[in-house]
Amino acid sequence: MVETPRPKRTFRRPSVIPGFGISFGYTLTCLGLIVLLPLAGLVVKASGLGLSGIWEVATDPRVASALRISFGVSALAALVASAFGFLVAWVLTRYRFPGRKLVDAAVDLPFALPTAVAGIALASLYAPDGLVGAPLAKLGLQVAYTPVGIFIAMVFIGLPFAVRTVQPLIAEIDREIEEASATLGATRLATLTRVVLPPLIPAVLTGFALAFARGVGEYGSIIFIAGNLPYVSEIAPLLIVIKLSEFDYGGAAAIATIMLGISFLTLLAINLIQAWSRRRFGYV
Amino acid sequence: MLHDLSLDVRAGELIGLLGPSGSGKTTLLRIIAGLDAPDRGRILFGDDDATGLAVQERAVGFVFQHYALFKHMSVADNIAYGLNARRRADRPAKAEIKRRVGDLLDLIRLSGFGDRYPSQLSGGQRQRVALARALAVEPRVLLLDEPFGALDAQVRKDLRRWLREIHDRTGQTTIFVTHDQDEALELSDRVAVLDRGRLEQVGTPDEVQEHPASATVMKFLGDSVEVAAIAEGGRVLVRGRATPVVAPAGIIGPVRLYVRPWQLQLAEPEAAHLSGTVRSSYRTQGRQRIEVVDAEGRILAVEDSDGVRYDAGHPVGLRITGGHVFG
Repeated sequence: MVETPRPKRTFRRPSVIPGFGISFGYTLTCLGLIVLLPLAGLVVKASGLGLSGIWEVATDPRVASALRISFGVSALAALVASAFGFLVAWVLTRYRFPGRKLVDAAVDLPFALPTAVAGIALASLYAPDGLVGAPLAKLGLQVAYTPVGIFIAMVFIGLPFAVRTVQPLIAEIDREIEEASATLGATRLATLTRVVLPPLIPAVLTGFALAFARGVGEYGSIIFIAGNLPYVSEIAPLLIVIKLSEFDYGGAAAIATIMLGISFLTLLAINLIQAWSRRRFGYV
Repeated sequence: MLHDLSLDVRAGELIGLLGPSGSGKTTLLRIIAGLDAPDRGRILFGDDDATGLAVQERAVGFVFQHYALFKHMSVADNIAYGLNARRRADRPAKAEIKRRVGDLLDLIRLSGFGDRYPSQLSGGQRQRVALARALAVEPRVLLLDEPFGALDAQVRKDLRRWLREIHDRTGQTTIFVTHDQDEALELSDRVAVLDRGRLEQVGTPDEVQEHPASATVMKFLGDSVEVAAIAEGGRVLVRGRATPVVAPAGIIGPVRLYVRPWQLQLAEPEAAHLSGTVRSSYRTQGRQRIEVVDAEGRILAVEDSDGVRYDAGHPVGLRITGGHVFG
């Protein structure tokens, strides 16, 4: 028997498909130029303030409150968008009804609409004299110009992400596993919670992460409905714009860097949970 | 599509539903399981009417062609699923479930695989897990839908033998669906032949082979040649020459005679019932198989054991030594 030489440890796995070098280099270059460079510029700008300067910005009560609103409401909105989006995706894939294609197309509208248009539409709808706002006002509920308004805008723009990430997986569910579960005596509810839903969890998490990220970064649709009261309904991106208009570029970059850090950590955490759930639910 | 049919499955029996695709065999199986509802008719388990029962209440074990295992559960969890799904009052204790899963893993010869996931198993192993999962709930009847259809030939054969062993050991009433004649004939206590939604014949493998009830059954159970013949005086004549085939009582005149390859023998053209020229001849598993083309261009397969090789184009006569007559 001939001893085969131990393969050199390289980055690259042996493959018959050529072009690893060129595609890897191209990918890195694009990622660097388009994504990393601007972010690096941001961090460089913020570092002009020094660590203590950034800390000072972060602990400023108005900034801290804006960050809390941005991330807190985003998380809540992403949660609701995920649950609601899951239902929409389920109904769209599992049932056939007239107008299904139309509803399916309408799901993407929040993607396509200029965010300001969405914001104005939502604001006029939920204003105290608006179509939805007026009856709600009678019940003593004010939506527009409060954090609830921010929440509604974020659910609106986050919904398509939640729907589109789980939809293909719901469509792929094998009817036979549901039948198998039924023949084994499981009730419909048990079949859903133990057989159908668990494999969808990674996709639901992806949808949640995307909706959350979109919510954190959203500006246009929120400022119209939020009312932008400092300490109450002011979001961090708006604060950045305010700082910019006051020519406080350092302060704006500092808030942006803090947001970047929190977002990155959150998304990383979601990704880790996702990797774990993938393993847990048998996507080996 | 199923037409009216009545099939009586005996307790402890292994019965094969055999038929070409589209014959309704899977539909029949799914109706028994409660996965599909019949337009009319009844399903009885023993003396109990199961027609109105939901799938969950029928206590059947169903094994799908493509396994339908729960991918996100380990092998042990898959097998325990039916037991865990029971109402608390009927659910065995944890330790009891564990013991039963262990026994079933032994039965399917996968002890030590309990912690693996289905994606880490081969097709044959997955189907064994699916079988264990169905057996775990101690079903009244085990239903297998083309259980070996997705597996390669060697694994199929092994699993076939193994399923027969399991059946002999457990005495579990089993109905399985297949379109493979060999599989049905090897495995079943009785075979039910279906064609286009009709039940053509039910009988032991020997019965259906020796006394096929119709031309459809005859054709479906293996190669055969259709020969125009005349029934006269209790015998069947081909081209005016008597054959050993006995005509069924009461049938006189033109009939269709079906002949298997091993019921044809090479003969001198003067004494032959059929004639033609050799198209090809080859050896398969100890027998000589000769394909003969007759005057109409039909290919007649002959199985002979005399071992003589024939060149293509050689004129030969064929003698009929047996066959089945349908009016």
